[in-house]
Amino acid sequence: MAKKEYAFYPGCTSHYRGSASNYLVSVESMCKTLDVKLTEIPDWNCCGASVSYAGSGELARHVINARNFALAERDLPGQDIVATCAACWLNARETKEQLGASAQLLADTNEALKEAGLQYRGESEVRHMVEVLIEDFGYEALGEKVVKPLEGVKFAGYVGCQTNRPFGIAGESFENPMYLDRLVETMGGEALTKYEQKVTCCGGALAVSEPEKSQKQIKDIVESAYDHGADMIVTPCPLCQANVEIYQADVNRKYGTKFNMPVTYYSQLMTVAYGGSAKEAALDGQIIRATKLEEIAAKPAKK
Amino acid sequence: MPGDAGMGDMADLNERALAKYRNDFLREVEERVDEGHWVKMCMQCGVCAGSCPFGPHWEHSPPKIFLMIRAGKREAVLTSDSMWMCTSCYNCVVRCPRKLPITTIMHGLATYAQRLGLAPKVQPTRDFSIIFWENFTRTGRANEMRLMLRLWFKEGFAAGVKKALSMRDLGLAMLRTKRMSPLEILGGHGVKDVKGFQAMIRKAKEIEDRRRGLSG
Ligand code: SF4
Ligand code: SF4
Ligand code: SF4
Ligand code: SF4
Repeated sequence: MAKKEYAFYPGCTSHYRGSASNYLVSVESMCKTLDVKLTEIPDWNCCGASVSYAGSGELARHVINARNFALAERDLPGQDIVATCAACWLNARETKEQLGASAQLLADTNEALKEAGLQYRGESEVRHMVEVLIEDFGYEALGEKVVKPLEGVKFAGYVGCQTNRPFGIAGESFENPMYLDRLVETMGGEALTKYEQKVTCCGGALAVSEPEKSQKQIKDIVESAYDHGADMIVTPCPLCQANVEIYQADVNRKYGTKFNMPVTYYSQLMTVAYGGSAKEAALDGQIIRATKLEEIAAKPAKK
Repeated sequence: MPGDAGMGDMADLNERALAKYRNDFLREVEERVDEGHWVKMCMQCGVCAGSCPFGPHWEHSPPKIFLMIRAGKREAVLTSDSMWMCTSCYNCVVRCPRKLPITTIMHGLATYAQRLGLAPKVQPTRDFSIIFWENFTRTGRANEMRLMLRLWFKEGFAAGVKKALSMRDLGLAMLRTKRMSPLEILGGHGVKDVKGFQAMIRKAKEIEDRRRGLSG
């Protein structure tokens, strides 16, 4: 298969030594196996996340997102933009949709962008990395690269909100999206398809400002994974990953639980299944170590 | 980012809004709140009411807020704590038979309340939202390290030290796993064209204010 190229929008948490640096490292390893070339959008900016609304109305937020499109269109023409962060993807897509629907919003956006010497043309698409995997490769092609099936590992697939709503992955339902489970199975792991907390909100950015309320959500999410006998949780969202992993200690303190459930990214699973080392899968980036994956990463490949 | 309205301007803005719209709060929302023109489309079916993850803490659910807007309960809506508890989970949006962009409207009401100085003063997500906005518009990218420090120390030095100590284990773990960099305090990453970035945001605010009749 020929090399596929994309304009990469990593987002603020995914730079090296950011809270999702383990996501970034494992995505790069996964892409190497798949012969995907990611070129960072030169000088990309933060999408504004979902929680910055006290600072501005929607136009400024559209302009912020349009700047990334404009940079990609200028410097990486013809390439789809790929985001790994659910919020980045959602916000960029929302902007693209809104600007496509309103001539005035488009004109206003471009008037503001002119201040930075840029223009939005609406030529580039923005996609989530998961869409690229499913739509540009497909499960079968993804499975062909597996050299170390994740046999005997049970995964609770935690999709969360923003990779799933309001846009979601084409062909999937909002209540019970199956792609994460299918990815797990494609890598030879066991997907706990009955896991009920698949699309429960973890509190998102409010994990910081409303810790008690969010930790109740996180407790449900982790507890249900234990109830189903999961070895670990797997997720496509950097904020979900961080929230569900790092607040387990607080949940334990508050609720007297003894949670110690690893929370990994699909890209880490794929890197290990593709024969990558623990380091390439950034398993050293887990606060709660994913021992079962580390063990597989340390074993020699089967085929 | 500087250039935001001070308290005096806020009160003034509120007075002028009251004079302009008198008792027509629905029209005020339609003209000035992000996606506010959708509010009248709500048919009060109640489908979205149970969607909010923090729902039990919301005094006014989204449909209730929409009803209050139509009933002209301006003060009660704009001073409400509820929409600040929106987690942007989009549960409501995918369920609404009328396809209202409820999440954006909730954020928009919060933005407008904040703008007029009517938002609740003690609201942790309001603080976080302001801090986040200031954080990423300063350099073009969010700086997690500074963000955390600002949050911890917002109630003063002693409280900040206490918070930092309580988070010590986590902080060390984040450093150990290379998921946090102390160097970020010194400046950290950002866009190269900060000037252009900030200029376009200023311009966007100016245009939006003009369109919404909010400029001086
Ligand atoms: S959503 Fe998060 S990671 Fe994405 S650009 Fe915004 S702040 Fe950065
Ligand atoms: S589950 Fe949490 S972090 Fe993940 S998308 Fe939803 S709110 Fe965001
Ligand atoms: S997006 Fe906000 S308003 Fe909608 S269900 Fe979630 S918390 Fe409630
Ligand atoms: S689901 Fe839609 S129409 Fe029904 S109450 Fe909620 S906002 Fe109104």
